[in-house]
Amino acid sequence: MAPKQQYSLLHDSAMGSMFRSEEMALCQLFIQPEAAYPSVAELGESGIVQFRDLNADVNAFQRKFVNEVRRCDELERKLRYIRAELLKDGVTAPDSGEPPRAPIPREIIDLEARLEKTESEVLELSHNAVNLKSNYLELTELRHVLERAEDFFSEQEGGGGGELTRALASDESAATGGVRGRLGFVAGVVPRERVPAFERMLWRISRGNVFLRRAELDQPLEDPTTGNEIFKTVFVAFFQGEQLKSRVKKVCSGFHASLYACPTSQSERQDMLKGVRTRLEDLNLVLNQTQDHRHRVLLSVSKELHPWMVMVRKMKAIYHTLNMFNMDVTKKCLIGECWAPVRDLHLVRQALEDGGRACGSSIPSFLNAIDTGELPPTFHRTNKFTYGFQNLIDSYGVASYREVNPALYTIITFPFLFATMFGDAGHGLILFLFGLAMVLKEKSIIASKSKSEIGNIFFGGRYIILLMGIFSIYTGLIYNDIFSKSINIFGSRWVINNFTIADLKTYHELMVDPKKSYEGTPYPFGMDPIWQLAEVNKIVFLNSYKMKLSIIFGVAHMMFGVCMSVVNHVHFGRPVMILLEFVPQIVFLLLLFGYLVTLMIVKWFKYAATNEEFQYTEACAPSVLITFINMMLFGKDEVLENCVSAEMFPYQSQIQLVCVVVALLCIPVLLLGKPLYVLFFGHPHATHHKSNGDINQGLELQPEMVEVTTPSAGPPQAHEEEEAFGEVMIHQAIHTIEYVLSTISHTASYLRLWALSLAHGQLSEVLWNMVLRMSFKTHVGYLGGIVVFVIFAFWASLTLAILVMMEGLSAFLHTLRLHWVEFMSKFYAGEGYAFQPFAFKSILEAEDEED
Amino acid sequence: MVLCCKGQGWSMGASAVPVIIFTILWGVVGIVLPFVVPKGPNRGILQVILILTASTCWLFWLCCYMAQMNPLIGPKLSNGTVMMIAEQWGNKIPDLVKP
Repeated sequence: MAPKQQYSLLHDSAMGSMFRSEEMALCQLFIQPEAAYPSVAELGESGIVQFRDLNADVNAFQRKFVNEVRRCDELERKLRYIRAELLKDGVTAPDSGEPPRAPIPREIIDLEARLEKTESEVLELSHNAVNLKSNYLELTELRHVLERAEDFFSEQEGGGGGELTRALASDESAATGGVRGRLGFVAGVVPRERVPAFERMLWRISRGNVFLRRAELDQPLEDPTTGNEIFKTVFVAFFQGEQLKSRVKKVCSGFHASLYACPTSQSERQDMLKGVRTRLEDLNLVLNQTQDHRHRVLLSVSKELHPWMVMVRKMKAIYHTLNMFNMDVTKKCLIGECWAPVRDLHLVRQALEDGGRACGSSIPSFLNAIDTGELPPTFHRTNKFTYGFQNLIDSYGVASYREVNPALYTIITFPFLFATMFGDAGHGLILFLFGLAMVLKEKSIIASKSKSEIGNIFFGGRYIILLMGIFSIYTGLIYNDIFSKSINIFGSRWVINNFTIADLKTYHELMVDPKKSYEGTPYPFGMDPIWQLAEVNKIVFLNSYKMKLSIIFGVAHMMFGVCMSVVNHVHFGRPVMILLEFVPQIVFLLLLFGYLVTLMIVKWFKYAATNEEFQYTEACAPSVLITFINMMLFGKDEVLENCVSAEMFPYQSQIQLVCVVVALLCIPVLLLGKPLYVLFFGHPHATHHKSNGDINQGLELQPEMVEVTTPSAGPPQAHEEEEAFGEVMIHQAIHTIEYVLSTISHTASYLRLWALSLAHGQLSEVLWNMVLRMSFKTHVGYLGGIVVFVIFAFWASLTLAILVMMEGLSAFLHTLRLHWVEFMSKFYAGEGYAFQPFAFKSILEAEDEED
Repeated sequence: MVLCCKGQGWSMGASAVPVIIFTILWGVVGIVLPFVVPKGPNRGILQVILILTASTCWLFWLCCYMAQMNPLIGPKLSNGTVMMIAEQWGNKIPDLVKP
């Protein structure tokens, strides 16, 4: 396949695809209508193209495939209903392993029929169940009424005397009320919470002439429509007269009380009760059978529910995409436009072929790459390891098209700068193990589809955490800090050889003199372990070391950033900017802050307490910071007493003068270089080839290599990026001021590497001294063992919560800031837009999240 | 460039052995290994990772080494610590040794 070979040779994929974003081509797809659906399905499975909407101005309801989208919506609705019913029954629809492919039209019809049948069945069963349940409820209430009526009437009997009770208890013929002097009654059931209001209302309408007896039901009754359980109360209301009867009945209906005809005689009630009980049993049986049937129907569908859902979603996505295509009337084919990476164009052709073959179309679909002046999307090809780092950079801003990608270097610089601030081998080990655990259990964690947002964030950064842990172990060993303790592997280079017992008795603190007690060469790996024991001046020594370390790495990181801009200048065809922008920038940085670094290193080499010449001992060692400030202010260095001069090396003041003057001369070059060049020679970058974006323009088969930066043959047209001289001048002035000020402020900003490392070390020490050491000091013996065990729990949880979690997050944030501001502001434009391919995987994931 | 003339004050308070060992170690990681990285889509990324790791880690070690080789101050210890160090790290203070 010759075209494929052509791509991989002719562009820089061999350099590692993360160096800059991929080359993108705008393609036109010409697809036969019958092959459209399977072709787009194939493209969706592979996820390599981003379609452009050619019908952006067309209403959603006027698009070509709106009916098909409606069908999909209808199917989705039915599926959602069935799933809700499944949930009600407590059946879970298991997630299928492999998501199924988009269904072909024949399968769609089958699916529709099946869903229709299932839905109507389930609806009918639900409806029946509701009816049955209402019946059941009525019968249950009647049963309760009948049971309690027993008590009410017998109480009446046992209560007051008189003809009332005898009349009620005796012969049935006169039992139906309405006869003057006899008490009428209604019996029924009312919801418990309404009983007080009910009573009051009855009292009011009858002016106290209604007698209410009630008994609460212990068990709640199920409401048929909602399924809620409601507590109810059985009541019997006694009254006299027809008028009262109608009023009482009205009140009852107002309060949703159900009334039941209750016979007054005992035997009648017993018979009725028996009948009700048998009917209840029968009804129960029928209800259970209906439930079983419903359950079986739902179970039969449950296994296929998830695959169906996936298929319908894929279908809908395909039709939405097809709606973006244009129908070419003359050619009788669908035309679509999409962005695709040049490296994947053969895959797109493959997908079109497969689609055509799937539907057996004779006329093949084809793809045509067109030239365009539009800005393509930015696509970085990442794998699961590099994805996290690319994400960190993209959060700040997506890289401009084909701009150099800082994420490639972030893979190492980010964990390293984090480790400089975190610097504890013990905590680093914890972080490393945490990252390792997540990485080893990747597959099972992804499969569990956890919804915990924080957990997912940590999981997404597992490789970052793993690397941060590894580097933290290394920096922790160099700082010689393991849970705030040092280890002595190679033997300390400081010897106690100069103290007598008298010294020890006289002084509380003794300084180990480097002139006499230092062995001459330093501890070979990392910080000497004696410093951890020097509680008094450990911080003084470490501060000096860590501050210098921070500046050295800061200047190196920033110089790396400025050098990245060269790559951009070369790629975008503006090499003159190297001379006009890069050179003044790097010279300024080098002559001022590179010189500062040089001073530090010279002082490390030249000045020692053990030197014989007094000029080069610690008594005459000049402060690097003061020297630097004096250099900038053209001031005079103060000479310390008995010292010959304040210079570290010969001709230092002359060299400093030259450095400052040349650096200051760089500023006008930076300020005026580009604007003057634009004024006399026009804009330095290659002009872009512009097309008018017409569809028909691309009909003739052009060579598929799309080069966006081909120089145009005709006169350069007024580009939207071309600015007037005034604007260029203003932008350059802002850029110059920003750069000059930022060299100073960003260099100082890198001191946070020192600050956080100091804070971490101190916190760690406090935790050890104030928590864990307490358990060693206070108790001995077996009791001490238990005390250690308990206090260790406190120490461990505080270590994890404060030192690993809080400090870890803090250092992460500061490292991120260092990258985004101090490093990337030197070269990064970040004005692109991300490539969002049409991929079923991402669509399904997004919809899963919404659920 | 003259590095070790006593008159100028340059003092190599450094021993050659650790410098050579660590420079060779990180040199192998950063210069030799990138040539040996297997060919594949990730070759460039792995090379960048190796070079950056080697350079940052070597520089970090070197800064710590350089900061300690010519000390201007010594550690200030409490008298108890002095006694402990003397006993544990091999230099017992003579008066303290009881017969």
